[in-house]
Amino acid sequence: MDEKTLSDLVLDSLTKAAPDIDRNLLDPGMNFRDQLEIDSVDFLGFVLDLEKRLKIRIPEIDYPKLSSLKGCLGHLGPILKDR
Amino acid sequence: MDRKIISKTGAPGGVPPNLGDYDAAVAAFSGESAFSDTDSLPAGKLNIAWAAVDRHVQGPLREQTALRVLPLQGGARDISYGQLHDLTNRFANLLRDLGIGPGDRIITLLGRVPELYLSALGTLKNRSVFCPLYAAFGPEPIRLRLDLAGAKVLVTTEALFRHKIEPQLPALPSLRYVLLTDSSEVSPHCPICRELSGLMEQTDPRFSIEPTEPEDWALLHFTSGTTGTPKGAVHVHEAVRMHQFSGKLALDIHPGDVFWCTADPGWVTGTSYGIIAPLALGATLIVDEGTFDPQRWYGIIQEHRVNVWYTAPTAIRMMMRLGTDVARGFDTSSLRFLASVGEPLNPEAVIWGQEAFGLPFHDNWWQTETGSILIANYRSMAIKPGSMGRPLPGISAAILGHRDDGSLRQIEDADEPGELAIRKGWPSMFRTYLGESERYERCFVGDWYLTGDLARRDRDGYFWFIGRKDDLIKSSGHLIAPFEVESQLLTHPAVAEAAVIGKPDSTALEIVKAFVSLKPGEAPSEALRRDILAHARRRLGAAVAPKELVFRSNLPKTRSGKMMRRLLKAEETGTSPGDLSTLESNTPFAG
Repeated sequence: MDEKTLSDLVLDSLTKAAPDIDRNLLDPGMNFRDQLEIDSVDFLGFVLDLEKRLKIRIPEIDYPKLSSLKGCLGHLGPILKDR
Repeated sequence: MDRKIISKTGAPGGVPPNLGDYDAAVAAFSGESAFSDTDSLPAGKLNIAWAAVDRHVQGPLREQTALRVLPLQGGARDISYGQLHDLTNRFANLLRDLGIGPGDRIITLLGRVPELYLSALGTLKNRSVFCPLYAAFGPEPIRLRLDLAGAKVLVTTEALFRHKIEPQLPALPSLRYVLLTDSSEVSPHCPICRELSGLMEQTDPRFSIEPTEPEDWALLHFTSGTTGTPKGAVHVHEAVRMHQFSGKLALDIHPGDVFWCTADPGWVTGTSYGIIAPLALGATLIVDEGTFDPQRWYGIIQEHRVNVWYTAPTAIRMMMRLGTDVARGFDTSSLRFLASVGEPLNPEAVIWGQEAFGLPFHDNWWQTETGSILIANYRSMAIKPGSMGRPLPGISAAILGHRDDGSLRQIEDADEPGELAIRKGWPSMFRTYLGESERYERCFVGDWYLTGDLARRDRDGYFWFIGRKDDLIKSSGHLIAPFEVESQLLTHPAVAEAAVIGKPDSTALEIVKAFVSLKPGEAPSEALRRDILAHARRRLGAAVAPKELVFRSNLPKTRSGKMMRRLLKAEETGTSPGDLSTLESNTPFAG
């Protein structure tokens, strides 16, 4: 999966959990929770939606790695490189 | 029905529990004065800030750390009781210089930052009324509460001000000053904005608290009501006796303990146990500016040697998802007591505490209106996992049932459900709902305060939470009024009708779920669903807005047009909807 496809997919999961987000204003390197109005239940919904769409299991220990767009791409990119 | 009991033996950590034997303490309790050993002011008057800070600085606590602040960027900054004394004096002088007096309402919209503590305690020294709001609220709940409070001063950050307050300033005529905690340049477009740190530097660090009556108003906490208008529960300075008493017995706080309450400062827990009780008991408070992250949290316990940890079920259940091994990877041996509040803690979570930290979580029960913990699991008392525990010594709790004629009877039989009620008169009992004395009076029948919570008491005197008597939703420790959410959904141009319920959730207890019918000409679509959710989130904030939304062609209503939320809830949970005799006959209950 190329980075653009993955990025779109991550952003779609994020805006599904928190539809008020303006994805154009998102700072890719910044923690979602420090720049967006999302709570821990939203974040959990986001990760569970990613699992469903990507058909992978994301261990809870890795959740902190998914706390920014850059983090998501850095962590999920290698896992999905052959897909 | 009861699960395995967790019995207690000995005193881990070598520190004897403040409450040694529950039954003996209840039997020995003698009268109202037993509620605390709080000294009084020389003139026999009592001020919360004096009890929490000023009385300590004459003795050895002066040099002890009161607040250990953990900033977002890392590191730690200690504020001693002596420094806290001077800083809160400065804030009190600042208010006085601005012409803010006793009874005036000071609102904070802040995270866990030092300015929160200065504002709270400085406000109380000035005998003004402190009211914290939840920073994750959207602009609409914030405006409504500022307006209801008649707020004169707001303390907040520049970002929160710009995003949530500034557009609404014209609708807040009573607001005289906005004190910004992190702004070096105050907008010329905001004539009432001031920069807090600059003002603080100019004020005198000496301040003498004027005589304060125990019944003087001190705290204002908003909580959700069934009508949609939030209720402003008013507490008085005398409440500090109960804060201290309950912190000592129910949370086992000892002088010198490192105490960590993870509650957001916008909720009553963030004030009663996030600020007042541990300071009154001479503890060191962890002030963590960051958000929830289990591994970072374990790191805080390890590094700062936390002794007593007071957290919430949603956080515990999220830690459970991460597993026991991660927690065991940290040195949490400093922990002596774990407690939880916000919604009932499930038995698995109570027991998980033992597996992860070697100590069970102790659930306790209280409300915004009660001001302090009233029913608890104590360090020395056996735990029945899933139970809220037993009433504090001096607190009389009962289960009440309604007779056919509407009068109340006290239920004596074990395990028979009814409404949880508390005999009135404890020091931290709320004294009114701001501007709504009739609504306040309706909470009492005879000597009893009716809590609105359904519960049962077992044969051993342990209380068990069953549910809410009304439609209020308990989600991640927040009490949410369906009506407040529905009102905002109805402001979306495509929405004709809306009904909101609490949908059971394994992590948050309940999540807010909305059912929406559309206006003629509007068709359900994923884009519209997201648009309505986004609309609600922008107005209400993430903590209150629905997490789920489904479209329905019709919503079930009574003949008088009232939305039958319990029917939707019954459908959602697969339970019986109960009496349907008032269902509007021409409303098909179908999607």
